[in-house]
Amino acid sequence: MPVIKNAVCSLCGCLCDDITVTVDEENKITKIENACILGHSKFQGMFEHERIETPMIRKAGKLVSVSYEEALETAAKILVNSKRTLSYGWCSTSCEAISKAIQLAEETGSLIDSTANVCHGPSALAAQEKGSPGATLGEIKNRADLIIFWGCNPVHAHPRHLSRYSSFSKGFFVPRGRKERKMLVIDVRKTDTAKLADKYVEIEQGADLLLITALRSIINGHEEVIPEKVAGVSKEELLELAKLMKEAKFLCVFFGMGVTQSRSKYKNGDGVASLISDLNQHTKAVMIGMRGHYNVTGFGQVATWETGFPMAIDFAKGYPYYNPGETGANDVLVREEVDAAIIAAADPGAHFPQKALRQLAKIPLIQIDPYANPTTELADVVFPTAVVGIEAEGSAYRMDAISIRMKKLIETKFKTDEEIAKDLIEKVRELKRG
Amino acid sequence: MSEILIKNASVCDPFQGIDCEKMDLCIRNGKIVESVSSKAKVIDAKGRLTLAGGFDGHTHSAGKINVGRFMNPNDARRNPVPGLSGKVARTEKTRAQVGYNTPNTYAIGYRYAKLGYTTICEAAMPPLSARHTHEEFKEIPILDKMGLTLLGSNWQVMEYIRDKEPEKLAAYVAWALKASRGYGIKIVNPGGGEAWGWGRNVSGLYDPVPNFEVTPAEILTELGKANEKLNLPHSVHVHCNNLGHPGNYETTLETMKLFEKIKPSQKRQSLHVTHVQFNAYAGTSWRDFETGAPMVSDYINQAKHLTFDMGQLIFGPAVTMTADGPVEYANSRMLHEKWSNQDVELEDASGVVPLSYSPKSFVNAVQWAIGLELALLVKDPWKVMFTTDSPNGGSFVNYPEVVTYLMSAKKREEVYSGFSELALGKMVLPEIDRELSFSELAVMTRAIQSKMYGRPEKGKLTIGADADIAIYELVPEKIDPSVEHEKVKQAFSATAYTFKDGKLVVKEGNIEASPMGKTYWVNAEVPERVDSAMQKDLELKFKKYYTVSKSNYMVEDEYLPNPVEITTKGDF
Repeated sequence: MPVIKNAVCSLCGCLCDDITVTVDEENKITKIENACILGHSKFQGMFEHERIETPMIRKAGKLVSVSYEEALETAAKILVNSKRTLSYGWCSTSCEAISKAIQLAEETGSLIDSTANVCHGPSALAAQEKGSPGATLGEIKNRADLIIFWGCNPVHAHPRHLSRYSSFSKGFFVPRGRKERKMLVIDVRKTDTAKLADKYVEIEQGADLLLITALRSIINGHEEVIPEKVAGVSKEELLELAKLMKEAKFLCVFFGMGVTQSRSKYKNGDGVASLISDLNQHTKAVMIGMRGHYNVTGFGQVATWETGFPMAIDFAKGYPYYNPGETGANDVLVREEVDAAIIAAADPGAHFPQKALRQLAKIPLIQIDPYANPTTELADVVFPTAVVGIEAEGSAYRMDAISIRMKKLIETKFKTDEEIAKDLIEKVRELKRG
Repeated sequence: MSEILIKNASVCDPFQGIDCEKMDLCIRNGKIVESVSSKAKVIDAKGRLTLAGGFDGHTHSAGKINVGRFMNPNDARRNPVPGLSGKVARTEKTRAQVGYNTPNTYAIGYRYAKLGYTTICEAAMPPLSARHTHEEFKEIPILDKMGLTLLGSNWQVMEYIRDKEPEKLAAYVAWALKASRGYGIKIVNPGGGEAWGWGRNVSGLYDPVPNFEVTPAEILTELGKANEKLNLPHSVHVHCNNLGHPGNYETTLETMKLFEKIKPSQKRQSLHVTHVQFNAYAGTSWRDFETGAPMVSDYINQAKHLTFDMGQLIFGPAVTMTADGPVEYANSRMLHEKWSNQDVELEDASGVVPLSYSPKSFVNAVQWAIGLELALLVKDPWKVMFTTDSPNGGSFVNYPEVVTYLMSAKKREEVYSGFSELALGKMVLPEIDRELSFSELAVMTRAIQSKMYGRPEKGKLTIGADADIAIYELVPEKIDPSVEHEKVKQAFSATAYTFKDGKLVVKEGNIEASPMGKTYWVNAEVPERVDSAMQKDLELKFKKYYTVSKSNYMVEDEYLPNPVEITTKGDF
């Protein structure tokens, strides 16, 4: 039985590349080593969950099986007849597929956005305000003596983060690993990550910016302006926190959606970046966003080099236009501005607000996905597709913007996202030519 | 078989000593040939200036530039150089374009081609993120590409230098080039990237790198020797220590002198010093800051072992991006600008900071002058490469403007006449009346690159060379660039024709076709015995310290759709 070493796990932004996978003669994965429970479920789930077996089109209210050609023709017609299409998702897929999706959006004058719209989008806005002072994960592994998890819970969302890259990992200047590192968790509730920390700071919901600002004031030598309590944290504890940060030799703030999607949104990320800059007057400090989908970072990268912008890109005028708040996926849905949608490798059906979903239900929707999900219930054309990282190869970007090539582990009858996007481009061209 | 005959070209090819002479050029299957059949397509150049395709030997066009794009969406809408910047809708032949300093990948390809450039060298590629650089290369149309691999703060490199293992060092360099599909060795602020891992820097050539017991001087000389041991086509490509500091010209001279004793293995320099404008500062602080160009150019004039590039400044917005992490942090604090940083495990640092250069700032004015002083005070154009360190000194789309600075003293005067007395007192530019000829310009923009990078098929129009050709909208004998600099600028802003490998890619300033260019990379052979000894050390690095496994680190063939592998054999 073939044993594939150093396979890449296409589940979360950790993109662990040390997975060993055993494949039997029947093209089944029989053994998965080194993966966490989430990764394991992804590899295993391939053989446990029902797949969408064939392309489908909604006829008389029901999704019925059709040929690939028919689905392609119908989908291309939707795109050609649409005045304003939303292309959304493209984060649990390869960079090569994303590239084709962008080309399709450009050629159809669509608007294209990623799941960052409801996730780390505000981190991009923060970087546009203050930059993004980061490092690769190996820098944390080899140097960090203070690791701060802020508004994130890697024990559940990125289970191997702690052992591979951060708290429990051993590195060159930190040979004894956890024993030589301090771990601090800032959150609104005592998560399972917080339970592992040396120090847990519980803050009031939505008060992150207050805390950041207070810490910056202390670090910049203005502790006299700090009131007795900020964000539910006592002044004494704040002073202690600032001291911990200044005295560290190398610290990293890992931040999650508790920072990006809570009150003050992008201003929180802006604040963290400013805090990092200030801390570098005293020590070495960096920040890294805990990206969720395994290639949501890749969408940002590819979109940025191909269009100049990381998300919320509107091609209506033929050139890329970017104005999140106006051109984000939810913005155009809530305003009932789009008249068709193509959604791949994401599930807005489960994650978007009701008002946006109402609009999605009204308009023709093309879905590209390996599995049925709540979005399928709204779809009018469905393309089943290969699972990238298991049935298809391609590039993905880890949360620290390192590109890694995912392997194809087993054979598949399904087309890849990339092939479907390419075919759609061709079909649209053909229809436009008449 | 595709054949083209370009008639009545006013050819300027410094390699052949041809200086604006009327002649015909024959192209067959992408190469310059002796003659073509009567079936050849005929293009009448009508006596217009005809050069080999331009070759930008130091530009930041793939990889780190994406951080610049990401943090500066405002740049996408900037349009200070109409026709070569700003947003452009897609057409049947071209993808949509945006940007000025940090254009999208498609715009980079189209705009360089419009300027008559056909080859670029990405100046800084950390091996761990090399895959990303190649992914962007794939989306830059038309141009041939190469990338320089960053090794100046690399742990394996520093350990081998400390442990006096020159053979293993060379083997590692060869492996790193192969892993990253790189073309040559780039050294940025040697040792400084590692020091920046702790928020520190190195202060000069003899300041040891924390924890590694080597000095920047040792990193430079040992990598220089490894470069020659491997017979690499390019020399080491060095961004000196102390970049951007008043008084740094002394470090620059010291660095240059270090290489006097390193013998080049090829017919080229043993050292290329990059964007010297940023490293030719005299004075002791920003108060008494002044040009150091006379001292630096005096040395270069008598030296035979080195080349340099200008790093010319352009007034207006720019985006600085460099592996020199401490410099970027200092920039952001000094200018109160946003700051991105990306330290790369075991390899190097990097940072990106946007800024704007103003003629009203005496420092910026002097910086502007220094780039030109260097190019004009160094007598031999075969030592000078034309760059703006795009987009650090300014975007490459301003090259036509820089051409006029070099060809017209009058144009320079128009610019510096607006400077303050303070600024004028700190520069020597007003005393320089040299004006470059088209031939000298051709050396600096294409010919020297051919020699420097060991690419004999580039930068010339001899038989057998790549048919990369730029025909500019000007007739040399009918123009006085000294006076008619505006016409020169216009002509250099959009070619009448650009050919890439014999294919017409630009006609009258418009993109006609976007073929995929080649990617050059160097495979230096190392004896099995040395390689396997080195691999053992490397395995340990991957097992214990890298966060990516060794097999997933190597850039796969899929990322080089049109590769050109240059094989060399090391001397062991």
